[in-house]
Amino acid sequence: MADEIVELNAGTDDLIIVGIQRRGVQLAARIVSSIADREKAKVPLGALDITLYRDDLQTVGPRPVVGPTDIPADVDGRAVVIVDDVLYTGRTVRAALDELADFGRPKRIALAVLIDRGGRELPIQPDIVGKRVECAPGQRIDVLVEELDERDAVVLSDREESA
Amino acid sequence: MSGAAAAPLGKDLLGLEPLTAEQITLILDTAEPFKEISERAIKKVPTLRGATIVNLFFEASTRTRISFEFAEKRLSADTVNVASTGSSVQKGETLVDTARNLEAMRIDMVVIRHGASGAAQFLADRIESNVINAGDGTHEHPTQGLLDLLTLRDHFKRLDGLKVCIVGDVLHSRVARSNIWGLKKVGAHVAVCGPRSLLPNAIDELDVEVFDRVEDAIDWADALNVLRLQLERMQAGYIPSLREYNRVFGVSRERLERAPRDVVILHPGPMNRGVEIDSDVADGPFSVILDQVTNGVAIRMAVLYLLSGGRPELAEAAKSGGR
Repeated sequence: MADEIVELNAGTDDLIIVGIQRRGVQLAARIVSSIADREKAKVPLGALDITLYRDDLQTVGPRPVVGPTDIPADVDGRAVVIVDDVLYTGRTVRAALDELADFGRPKRIALAVLIDRGGRELPIQPDIVGKRVECAPGQRIDVLVEELDERDAVVLSDREESA
Repeated sequence: MSGAAAAPLGKDLLGLEPLTAEQITLILDTAEPFKEISERAIKKVPTLRGATIVNLFFEASTRTRISFEFAEKRLSADTVNVASTGSSVQKGETLVDTARNLEAMRIDMVVIRHGASGAAQFLADRIESNVINAGDGTHEHPTQGLLDLLTLRDHFKRLDGLKVCIVGDVLHSRVARSNIWGLKKVGAHVAVCGPRSLLPNAIDELDVEVFDRVEDAIDWADALNVLRLQLERMQAGYIPSLREYNRVFGVSRERLERAPRDVVILHPGPMNRGVEIDSDVADGPFSVILDQVTNGVAIRMAVLYLLSGGRPELAEAAKSGGR
């Protein structure tokens, strides 16, 4: 995926990689270190918490916990790649696009996801996909990362429980 | 998605006395990410879009009212300010009637500052909107207490075991009460220091240490929260003169330099320089007074966020909650 991002951007100039809280941030960090290994280039890494931009905030029960947002560099005129673990309805990405717009006007925004499970509710498509997985609406798919979950895995389960 | 909040706050924020340590910690933790929003070029998130908040201020206030207003606006709420002067309150309308009339215009939250202790509770019991106490009489000023806690936690990286002494007019101070209750719940040690005429008679019931000499308080404390000497108290005969108050209880650089450790200085404002606090202390290296003001906006954003919305009957309907 790191190679694809560099290829998509025709190099690492002006590139900023932004992970969506929470698992997207760890994946983004791995992409940045992978680019550092292969291209000998240091790409800025950011984190975005989209909780305050969710379109269902007025209806969810207790307020969700808000994580940190940290955009390390000016995004104006740069190429931003948003990284998330699973792409499903597209609503998180919609929120991330809105939030990024409050930080400036990137030259281009691309979307890279590890898993695309289909089931979009908005006209949003990824530019780079690790793996496409067909998933029924009742199923859930979770990406586990070693930093938070002690192992790397993608777990498909039948129950739709709240995370 | 992020996990659900563990300890929701309920409908209103009336004081720190009724809160648990977990609820206080939740508010402080929630305030952290809100600090960053005020550093952005566009200092605004859409979280409270469409919510209407009334700031009902029956007493003079600059800092608190503006801080609430910034917090509301940075969350995209619509705000209306009502002051007692120039409103129908002057024509004799009661507090409940004022609030019910506002509620009839479909508001969502009320932030109230009132001279009578218990006014916020009184209102909260009678209207459906969320009520946030922005200071009621000599009772509580919970968001000030919370921002003091956040400022101390930022500086010391902990609150448990911290020694904080509140210096000055504890008797008339709602800030003192919110601090005492809030700090004790999160495990800090609390003391008060001031002339006995400005300490409550029932100070023993608050279970805090009492220092009669400010030098002893400075010896003991990690941080001092210096309260404003409300100047109108002098006329009422609580203290002989401002000069004498400054000589005996004033926090001066000379006194702080004799302390065994660096003592961090808080003040809720507005300051009387040269009375309860000397200028070289207020502007000195251990003053976190302006950090308190910055943190005030983040704390109020966190409280607004945590109290707003969250209507459980709609939560069921919207359980699609996908990525």
